[in-house]
Amino acid sequence: MASESVSATHASVGSANASACARTSMVSTSVNTLEYNPELCINCGMCSIVCPHAVFAPDGHVAQLVRPEACMECGACQRNCPTGAITVDSGVGCAAAMIYAALRGKKEPICGPESESESEPEPESDDCCTPGCCCS
Amino acid sequence: MTDETSEENTQEAQPHVRPTTSTITLANRWDHFLARWGVNRSGHRVEPGLYALGNPIADSPVFVTANYTLSFDALRSALPGIAGYILVLNTYGINVWCAAGKGTFGTDELVRRVEATVLHEVVNHRLLILPQLGAPGVAAHEVKKRSGFNVEYGPVRAADLPEYLKTRRATPEMRQVRFTLRDRLVLIPVELVHVLWPMLIAAIALFLIVGPLATAGAVVAVLAGVVLFPILLPWLPTRQFSTKGFILGSAAALPFTLTAFLSEPGTALWLRVGWALAYLLGLPPVTAFLALNFTGSTPFTSKSGVKREMFAYIPVMAWTFGIGTVLTIAFTLFRLLG
Repeated sequence: MASESVSATHASVGSANASACARTSMVSTSVNTLEYNPELCINCGMCSIVCPHAVFAPDGHVAQLVRPEACMECGACQRNCPTGAITVDSGVGCAAAMIYAALRGKKEPICGPESESESEPEPESDDCCTPGCCCS
Repeated sequence: MTDETSEENTQEAQPHVRPTTSTITLANRWDHFLARWGVNRSGHRVEPGLYALGNPIADSPVFVTANYTLSFDALRSALPGIAGYILVLNTYGINVWCAAGKGTFGTDELVRRVEATVLHEVVNHRLLILPQLGAPGVAAHEVKKRSGFNVEYGPVRAADLPEYLKTRRATPEMRQVRFTLRDRLVLIPVELVHVLWPMLIAAIALFLIVGPLATAGAVVAVLAGVVLFPILLPWLPTRQFSTKGFILGSAAALPFTLTAFLSEPGTALWLRVGWALAYLLGLPPVTAFLALNFTGSTPFTSKSGVKREMFAYIPVMAWTFGIGTVLTIAFTLFRLLG
């Protein structure tokens, strides 16, 4: 809430996590879990294409993190970044799913991406679409 | 073609292309209506596989979508007069974005489906056009590596596809999700269906035990949360859903608070203030909780943001609702006994 000061390609972070990020020139914000390392960027442009909130913008030789506060942690940029320059703790911003998951003793709502396992997806209709979930 | 749920398509590798059109029939519309009202929630499926739209040739574009009828129908109806192939992934009747978040609209399923439909023999190019909102589940560079097909992310909305196909470039507007009044209105039926039974049971209980004013108050608080809140979302002050909900809930509770205070001028002042407080504290958290639950239906709330909001406001909701309930019970007992 306090620090959302992300401006340039190189680390200019709010006071809260400045020390943690200064070392790695990681750009992030305290309002969400999005982190971007411009040093790894090869300027393929995918993050700007896939982001539904124009958080990234193409510019010159590396992608620019222009609206970090608009990130909804869908994970599209991370998934499509070929060099791993972007990390985000992606998942569904759905209170109903989190409450439902908590009540059923699960750590995370099912709506979020399954862990990195390559297992066969199973039909879990009821688990995903808890009341109020995005699945409409 | 709508309510198909048959077996997974893993037979012999032979191109099997089903015909489809861009026409939405009355039966399709009825199916959409039922889906919007939450009837047979996960049963609105299309058979996964390859479809021919119009009379496609080997050069025709390939569009990828989910096997949810609303997704499939939005895509094909956006392409009148366009010949192409539609590759339907098995997302178990879930829309593209949710399925992508869940991983079922994903790299694995896409690669598998490309192979199962022998797509490389059907078309002479190596390009798949995916909806942009499928990106959380699909790694374009991995699909290329594993299937030889390039992934191109089209616009967010299928309706923008004809324009996109002309220039092969999505404008910034096409790349951004919106949450228009219409988008919010279509969500109301399913929100209503979800609260219907709890609301009816609570209303009957309140009517029998407390009285008509409390019943009306509870129903209004719930309806404010599931009907008014989605409509008014962008205009409600503050940023967080819980605070927006508390503000709307307080406005909805105000008439009941005033009625409780003013309707029986003969009774003791502390009793009237008490009843007024019961409404003012008990009703807004109901609206706020439903508002918080609406976060999952919107295209802009983040996991960490919602989590933070839940930790901050669910205790407030619990306390205010608890105090309101205790007051109501106490004054109801007092009225019954005294």
